[in-house]
Amino acid sequence: MTVYSTTLGGEVFRFDGLARLMAAATPERSGDQLAGIAAGSAVERVAAQVALAEVPLRAFLDEPLVPYEADEVTRMILDTHDVAAFAPVAGMTVGGFRDWLLSERVLPDRLARLAKGVTPEMAAAVSKLMRNRDLIAVARKCRVQTAFRTTLGLPGRMGSRLQPNHPADDLAGIAAATLDGLLYGVGDAVIGVNPASDSVATATELLHMLDGLRDRHGIPAQTCVLTHVTNTLEMIEAGAPVDLVFQSVAGTQAANDGFGVTLAMLEEARQAALSLGRGTVGQNVMYLETGQGSALSAGAHHGVDQQTLEARAQAVARHIDPLIVNTVVGFIGPEYLYDGKQILRAGLEDHFTGKLMGLPMGVDVCYTNHAEADQDDMDVLMTCLGTAGVHFLIAVPGADDVMLNYQSLAFHDIAYMRETMGLRAAPEYEAWLEAVGLVEDGRLLPEGAAARRLLAS
Amino acid sequence: MNVAMDPWARLRAATPARIGLGRSGCAQPLQAQLAFQLAHARARDAVHAAVDWDAVAETLPGASVRVRSQAEGRADYLKRPDLGRRLAEGAALDVGNPPDVVLVIADGLSAAAVAASGAAVARAVMGALPELSFGPVVLAEQSRVAIGDEIGHRLGARLVVLLVGERPGLTVADSLGAYVTYAPRVGRRDSERNCVSNIHGQGGLSAEAAARTIAWLVRAALDRGLTGTGLKDASLARGAEAGQLEP
Repeated sequence: MTVYSTTLGGEVFRFDGLARLMAAATPERSGDQLAGIAAGSAVERVAAQVALAEVPLRAFLDEPLVPYEADEVTRMILDTHDVAAFAPVAGMTVGGFRDWLLSERVLPDRLARLAKGVTPEMAAAVSKLMRNRDLIAVARKCRVQTAFRTTLGLPGRMGSRLQPNHPADDLAGIAAATLDGLLYGVGDAVIGVNPASDSVATATELLHMLDGLRDRHGIPAQTCVLTHVTNTLEMIEAGAPVDLVFQSVAGTQAANDGFGVTLAMLEEARQAALSLGRGTVGQNVMYLETGQGSALSAGAHHGVDQQTLEARAQAVARHIDPLIVNTVVGFIGPEYLYDGKQILRAGLEDHFTGKLMGLPMGVDVCYTNHAEADQDDMDVLMTCLGTAGVHFLIAVPGADDVMLNYQSLAFHDIAYMRETMGLRAAPEYEAWLEAVGLVEDGRLLPEGAAARRLLAS
Repeated sequence: MNVAMDPWARLRAATPARIGLGRSGCAQPLQAQLAFQLAHARARDAVHAAVDWDAVAETLPGASVRVRSQAEGRADYLKRPDLGRRLAEGAALDVGNPPDVVLVIADGLSAAAVAASGAAVARAVMGALPELSFGPVVLAEQSRVAIGDEIGHRLGARLVVLLVGERPGLTVADSLGAYVTYAPRVGRRDSERNCVSNIHGQGGLSAEAAARTIAWLVRAALDRGLTGTGLKDASLARGAEAGQLEP
């Protein structure tokens, strides 16, 4: 194990191993404190950042934070590392990489070519040396385009997930919430419902209802029922109209065991969905969800900080060519991200590391009632993410998810983001919104006849 | 307003979601915004208020004892779930003969839930199980579900029933949950408990209905010598097996 040390004002700080150093260098958050791996003081945190800046990027290839032999995620990360893509930065330290990323010479095409050369550990490491504004500035330079029935990630556009959940999976209730969201131009990334029930029969009913609604109105969007990957495989085999395969993933094999998922299962499901050939403008068929803290909560963190494990979860997502990926940043609770400040930081980190690695990265801007956060904090995070070029955001009726019992963004907030920041929906979706009279020149029209027509149908 | 005048009326009936709010520009209308703020304020107050334990004790039929966890205040409790699962050093739990069942009321994440129905559910559970001995009810401050394992073990009880304030939602801020654990001891897994959740007065389970389900679980657990995933309740009331997260 390599020992890292820094001397600051005569005091020597020692960090035993790269995992310890990474954890100590991480901006303060409750989850790392709960795991007992956070810096013991503010000065120790800076000492770790000073030491981390001197670490060569290559060290992350030579000293895996989670053992290669014990973990299929580590094996996938190292075995699929793109050495040619990595070459331009191969001689850099973490600190040098930070400066390089921020440099005006480094433009979107160079970052796109670099993406597959960046391992999650490198992305996490450099983010620990960056302020929120740096995370925004560099993420904005990362362009990632994906497509199924809509094309997502085009410059000047921001996608949205319409999340019409119902506590009892009532079909009419979910249809009503879906219609509500359509009126705000929401749903171009996906119309995706979290079922309350774990039953395949219920998921199948929901899928048929959403697909019927989409078909009846001619909506160029993809639908998804966010159930376990094994349930979705069953539905595909039974001939249900599956557009996207959803799965929550984590950054270690042991944590993925907790989700009941392996890399092989994800690939099998992807092949099954591809075989249906339902995409019209693209064939990205996977939807993955991640979130800091999932590995610790499963007792599977290997002494690695939660943000680095989150980046590793994103590497799992990258491996299967997703249409969309999002972090559910404030959902897990205050024992992982205590307050609005920690949620803001984590949301921007997750978006940055995802984008740097080439992911179509979205965010569920959200919090629970026992976190020290409120809708004002969400306003700040979503506005920062709009500036950072987020792939998509999630929205629910009135910001209140009545099934999962947490607060996300409201449909209104997607309209605010587009109006205030001049962002537009995906082009195929925007054309539909214009055709039904909800949008003109990319801008949402005042409520009127188009809304009444949709509601009456 | 009838359906013809308000096309949302029919749709609102299908879901408790905040649909058809209308808008002021791209923002929510003020009335909807204030309604949301009120719901969030109620939930926040429920999380952060302190339980009036004397008031709870007064409405219990028998004796009670007060304990607290190792968490030293609300912020500590929220950040360190591990501390909320263990009794503070020196907790006084000398209550004589081991009872069959020990009832614990824990604040969990909602003081409002404990105030609204903690004592009522405890009374109903004791009333529904007249053949069993209950020691004094243990009132546990800054406490999570697993603290019942240590309390039950210390008292030598065969089984622990722990009532706890659930994480408040915007719709309901005072929902109580009940966890039944056979042969309690430190280290029990959540899969070794049975849960009855959503006990509240706004469309949830009543205290009496919850007590009937809890009593069934207690008898079945004592009869078969286990709780958790191995013990399925054929007669469970709706919502009782919804896999609520531990608060």
